[in-house]
Formats: sequence, structure tokens, C-alpha cells
Amino acid sequence: MAAMLLNEMARRPAPWLNGSGPDSGIVLSSRIRLARNISEFPFPPAATTDVREKIIDFMQTAFSRVARMKAGGFFRSADIDSMDQMFLAERHLISPQFMQDGTGRGLFIDENEKVSIMLNEEDHIRLQVLSSGMSLYDCWEFANSLDSEIGDVLEYDFDDEFGFLTACPTNVGTGLRASILIHLPGLALTREIDNVISRISKVGLMVRGFYGEGTDVLGNLFQISNQTTLGRTEEEIIDSLSKVSKQIIEYERGAEETLMKDAPEQIEDKVWRSYGILTNARVLTSNEVMNLLSALRLGLSLELIDRVDYKVLNELLIITQPAHLQKYVGREMDTTERDMMRADLVRERIVPAVKYGSDTKQA
Amino acid sequence: MLCQDCNQNESTVHLTQIVDNKKLVLNLCKDCAEKRGFHSPFEHMPFPLADIVTGMVGTSKTPLSKGGRRSVKIKKCQTCGMTFEDFGKSGRLGCGDCYSAFHHELIDLLRRIHGSPKHRGKGCITTSASMEPVKEERRLREELRKAIENEEFERAANLRDQIRSLTGV
Repeated sequence: MAAMLLNEMARRPAPWLNGSGPDSGIVLSSRIRLARNISEFPFPPAATTDVREKIIDFMQTAFSRVARMKAGGFFRSADIDSMDQMFLAERHLISPQFMQDGTGRGLFIDENEKVSIMLNEEDHIRLQVLSSGMSLYDCWEFANSLDSEIGDVLEYDFDDEFGFLTACPTNVGTGLRASILIHLPGLALTREIDNVISRISKVGLMVRGFYGEGTDVLGNLFQISNQTTLGRTEEEIIDSLSKVSKQIIEYERGAEETLMKDAPEQIEDKVWRSYGILTNARVLTSNEVMNLLSALRLGLSLELIDRVDYKVLNELLIITQPAHLQKYVGREMDTTERDMMRADLVRERIVPAVKYGSDTKQA
Repeated sequence: MLCQDCNQNESTVHLTQIVDNKKLVLNLCKDCAEKRGFHSPFEHMPFPLADIVTGMVGTSKTPLSKGGRRSVKIKKCQTCGMTFEDFGKSGRLGCGDCYSAFHHELIDLLRRIHGSPKHRGKGCITTSASMEPVKEERRLREELRKAIENEEFERAANLRDQIRSLTGV
């Protein structure tokens, strides 16, 4: 059942990247993460593998009593090989940290990939809700009610003073990390991005790369999230992230306008050059694709190009990642083979400007 | 720049974090960084937040208990056996009871990380009763914003103090 779910997932785009939702051209997706623990057991970093296995047993029993968690897959670290782990991390359903020393870990994913629950990552429970576009409030509502349902079948470690207790004091209180995945090519090209990042960090938010904490910025994609979890209500945390996000979206649009005013030819050239490479290249590295897709996305936003849509760009962002390519083909491939396969996949999905044959005759 | 721990070697490990306008900088040499639990700054890259915690625990002056000499006694969580020193190295607590075992030290740390040591979100026992201060705070913050806009700085300072006394920050 669990393995089938993974194979099914490999053949479809990630639902949280389907290009729907408000401002989805700039904000690709929204995420709410809640950290929870139960008082019967030590926190995972201090627990032995045996104890961690017991925690997973305990959770599996508890989760079976939650109606909303009937449809989905439940995995133990032994069920997931390293390729599947990479696949899940590329799909943002587990954290890169979850893969390190992956013993005594558990994972629940619902069939729509909206919810993933990591067991024994840094906390007993890391509940995550993902959704396309700028949809933080929807995610929070969903996460909040599921969290309450789980709280009905087991008792969370909760303290009146400190709130939900977590292994790391940076998560204590609400245990809430709200984040958006945002595309900021205009701010990057106008070199305003460092400025914006430093201002964001001054209002208690933080900026990270595509795969979260400690990862590089690729394809001008940034994750912005709240830094503090204690002393404010969940709504206040989400409000402040939403407000700042709106401002950043405005800055980005402003930067894109400036670019079009000051250097329209260069921007247009950049977009079409990227289109040319993507539709013709025979060998493409993962990072190259990320950067070329960023240029096409900018072109869409500025209405310089209409041969692609956000849905395809989002899909390519994920399916061109190494583990996705290999799951798609169904076997392991070396880098060279992957780079060729990646170029093939891109050419299949992005239509060339002029097709040879019948199209040219009609023109 | 010399390492701030040993004051001998050139510092090669630099950590900067800005929370609520307060900047925390750590400059350490490789050896002292390892003593604090950073084996290689790159190996630990996936956990920058936790590293900040270990930094904070390490740099905070160990609070002296009022009993003077008794302060030498090592604080330990009776449930899981973790000491505050262990926590300073790993940045992770051992179990929920650690929060009461290291209550005094954590209040200080939590205030520095989050700007407040008190939970106000979901599950708060006084949720309904505490809604009034929340609304009041919102109102005060709105007034504060207007005061700053109108450059009424004396009024703004007053409002800021009111908000502080309300939120306990």
C-alpha cells in the first residue's frame, strides 16, 4: 500500500504545486508546520532506536482512531530506501534532516499529499500541511483542526506557561512554522534582494533556500517563514507573515516594472534565450533547469511569453530533480544519463516555438 | 579577529543572527567552535537555528544561585537525566520535564530567542480571558503606528510602554 502510493506519486505532479490559489505566479506554495510531543516518551534526539520504535507503534495506534487519517500511507524508516527518501524530500514531504540517520522514524502521508506527518524527526510529531499559492490561512485552518483531532486521541506535552513543549526551544509555544515558497527574480536581478532579506530578518521572519533550513537559493526561489513561535498567537504569526509577504510581492512587482522600463530588450532576450535552451538542449543539469525555469516564470509574469503556463513550470521544477527522474524511469541512473533524461522531459513539456513539418506550412 | 573564547587564535567560525533588531554575533576559532559542539560549521549547516541556541546558552553567563557555593551543583533533569551543560552542547532538550528542571535558565533564553517567555497561542488555559488583553494590545499597536506616523514621539513612547507592560516583554 505504502510503496504503491509512492509509485503513484512519482507519476503525477505534486498537488501543492498545481499553480492554483491566489498570487500563485509569485507565491508557489504555502506551508504550515506544527511541532508536537507526547509526555510518555523522551524527545527523539534523546531517545534510543528501541524507544523511537515504541513511539511509532504508539502513534500508529493513535492515528488509526483519527477518521481523517484513514486514507493515506504509513511508513517506517525501514520501508523507505534512500532513493524514496530523496524523492520525498524533493517533494517537500519530509525534511532533509529526516533523512540523516534515518533509523526509528515514521511517516504518514495522506493520499492528496496535502498532509505529511513526520514521526521522530526532531519532535515526536511534525505535522505539515501544504497547499498551492498564497493560502496560509487555509493551511492553518486545516492543520489546526487535524491537530485538534489528533489531540483527542493522545495527550500532547503541553505546559500552561510554555505551551507545546519541543526538543528545541526555538519551536516551543505554538510549535508553528508558517512559510511560503516565493519566486523573486526581479529583486534578484535588480540586486535588491539582500536589502529585502535583511529587512525581513529584522521583523522576526527568516529567509531560506528552496529545500528549507540550511539549503541554497536555487532558481530565485525563497522560503520565508516566522522565526519565533512563543509569545504570539498562531493567527498573529500568520498575519504578520501574510502582511510582509504582500509587501514583498509589491516590491517584486515594482522591481519587475523597473527592469522592463530600464532594460526591456535584455529582459526579453533573457526570457527567450532560456526558452530556446529549454526547448533545444540535449543535456541539462538540475541547477541549470531551475535557473532557466525562473527566467520563463519571469517572462510569464511580464506577459512576454505565452507558450507555457505556471502549472507546467511548477511540475518541471519537481520532476526534473534527481530522485524524481529515477523514480519516473524506474531505475538508477548516473549523472550524465540523468542530465539527458532531464532535457528530454523538458522538451516533451515545453512546446518549441515553430514545429518542423505541418506547422510551418500553415504559417 | 581573534576567537572570543580563547582570545588566541584567529576566528574562522562566524555566526550572526538577528532577532527583533538585536544582533547576536559569535566569532570562534575552529578548536573553540568544536568545544561548543560545532564539529564542522558545514556539517551543521542544516541546523542553524539550533546552533544559535547552543551559542546563546554558551554565551549567557551562568546564573548564580542565591546560595553562593551551591551554584557549583550541576542542574539535572530528574526524568531523563539531561544536564543543562548537555543542553548547551546539543541545543536540544531531553524531555518535556526539562522545561521545569531548567525553568530559570530557559526563561532567560526564551526571552532572547522569542522576545517573550509566555505562550499565548492554542491551548492557552486562559484563552477566552486573555482575548481582552490581545484586543487591547492590537488597539494600542494601531495607536502606536498612528502616533509614529504623525511624529508624536512622546505619545508613541507612552504607548510602547503600555504595550510592554501588557505583554510582559
